Amino acid sequence: MVGLVVVSHSERAAEGIVEVAAEMAGDTPIEAVGGDGQGGIGTVPDAIEAALEAADDGDGVVVVVDLGSAVMNADVAIELSEAEAVVADAPVLEGAVNAAVAATDPSATLDSVREQAEAARDIEKL
Amino acid sequence: MSDDGAAVVAAVEAVAERLERERDHLTELDSAIGDADHGGNMARGWAEAADAARDLDDPEPETVVKAVGKTLMSEVGGASGPLFGGSLVFASAEITDGITAETAVAFAETYLEKVEDRGDARLGDQTMVDALTPAVHTFKKSIESDDIGTLEALAKAVAAAERGVAFTVPIRARKGRASYLGWRSVGHQDPGATSTLFILEEVLATAADELDADVPAVDAASPTIPDDETEADAADEE
Repeated sequence: MVGLVVVSHSERAAEGIVEVAAEMAGDTPIEAVGGDGQGGIGTVPDAIEAALEAADDGDGVVVVVDLGSAVMNADVAIELSEAEAVVADAPVLEGAVNAAVAATDPSATLDSVREQAEAARDIEKL
Repeated sequence: MSDDGAAVVAAVEAVAERLERERDHLTELDSAIGDADHGGNMARGWAEAADAARDLDDPEPETVVKAVGKTLMSEVGGASGPLFGGSLVFASAEITDGITAETAVAFAETYLEKVEDRGDARLGDQTMVDALTPAVHTFKKSIESDDIGTLEALAKAVAAAERGVAFTVPIRARKGRASYLGWRSVGHQDPGATSTLFILEEVLATAADELDADVPAVDAASPTIPDDETEADAADEE
């Protein structure tokens, strides 16, 4: 299955978003990663790389991220990682939910899951 | 240990000391338009980078720069890790055969390109690119067109970076955390551009020290960056 990694500056935010997405995710491997590694707010590439490895079962990983440096550190982690992974240009929570659902489709691919995560940009709430 | 390798270690130590002295100053700048972590992140990251540089058995310029970059990447939370650290690791490939005027120019250009790429930032976005671009362009032009000495070229680059830092004040942030403030970012000096200047100043001071020379006095209003040109750039941003 295509895996999913949720990256936030806040570890608690990442874990909370994973909780929400996991309700719809079936067996999709989902990892939460966040924080500066010292209990503070931030992102570090090593932790994201570890999450990529944990979420990858060979079919690749879609990554959803929150703010600026999360994008950069996810990019660095992807360069370091053995896993095939892509960052989805999507809102982090809605993108995670969409990706989690898309990953349960038997014909899901890395591209189809990313596309569904990115479709979350167009979700209207009102 | 090569002399150049030892000189690079000395430069890294000087940067670490400077950023520790500037910790509160950088945090103050970052508090105004960002998340107030730049001073602490840079001071802590470069202190650990200096330790990593000192721990190398046989330091060469490339291995020192790479070790510093890797340490910054893993130890500095936030954007500074990938921007300063990742770009140093990437650009270190340009000085595999040591530091000459030519490889220094290649290193500077590659570093700037990587920062622009990784941060998706361009000149005028109120980021470190605004300090780096004039520094790198001035350094390259001084060496390749004006054929002046490396130390003087570096001094001109530092003077150019200083003007770049000043340029971040009257413009609006388009990248980084400050961009969320929109127009309220105008009137503030960018912390990343400022720390970039501090790093370049310490590299210059160390280079002069290693060469047993005084830091060359160069005109900040260098003819390589005429007054009317920077003013036209500033006007374009408004």
